[in-house]
Amino acid sequence: MTPLAYILLLAAALFCTGVYAVLTRTNAIGLLLGVELMANAVNINFVAFSSYAGGHAGQVFAVFAIALTVAEVVVGLSLVILLYRAHKGIRVDEARALSH
Amino acid sequence: MALIAFGIIATALLLAAALVVTTKNLVHAVLWLAATLIATAALYVTLQAPFIAGIQVLLYTGGVITLMLFGVMLTRRHERVLVENDSNPKRRPLALATSLGLFALLAYAILQTPDLPRSPSGKMTTTADIGRSFLGEHLLAFEVLSVLLLAAMIGAIVLARRYDQGAEPRSVVRKKTA
Repeated sequence: MTPLAYILLLAAALFCTGVYAVLTRTNAIGLLLGVELMANAVNINFVAFSSYAGGHAGQVFAVFAIALTVAEVVVGLSLVILLYRAHKGIRVDEARALSH
Repeated sequence: MALIAFGIIATALLLAAALVVTTKNLVHAVLWLAATLIATAALYVTLQAPFIAGIQVLLYTGGVITLMLFGVMLTRRHERVLVENDSNPKRRPLALATSLGLFALLAYAILQTPDLPRSPSGKMTTTADIGRSFLGEHLLAFEVLSVLLLAAMIGAIVLARRYDQGAEPRSVVRKKTA
């Protein structure tokens, strides 16, 4: 069977990919994609710990985390739309304020 | 056998994630994120978490990706197919160093941790277990989460709604305070 350390390493690599995206992307939706990758890595850890430790608390926590991420995406995308309306673009390094 | 399945899933996952952060076309980046999320669902199946795998496909790949695609379509100026998704070249080396350093730190911590289990417990968590847990032990958190989702929905509507020029909302507020 797969040792737990492999899965944790995979999640760490996924998380760092997300960090790279957040640090380099100039596009607001590109940033959100990076945040999604990081959240996904965290969920993998929750489920992996739950599966290896035997209880189901980790999976319950993963469901909560998924719901929180979805809420975050909804608010994030509406902010992106607001940014687009204020600046006619979604490049975050050009935008200094959400209003005019 | 499980190790081979894990290897295939991990390769697909990391490849798709790398394409999410490097591809130039934003629509393609969103679709590669969908691939990443489906590969994660496959990983959940191998981790004996069928409910989370189902939620992952339904909520993430079904909901979030659709939402993201709508976000991309609603916020582009040009009628071109290519939606630019540049990364700032000046920031690239520092970002690469930061993420690789973070990975090295995390990997060191994981490999130094003694007594990590080498095989899963073998107990399958069924949907019934999770449901009982939601309506028993974690009932308060469950209810708070529903309030949070409501708040997020209202917040998104208020933020993204387009005000008509005739009915300026601020004038209404001003009248009330006057």
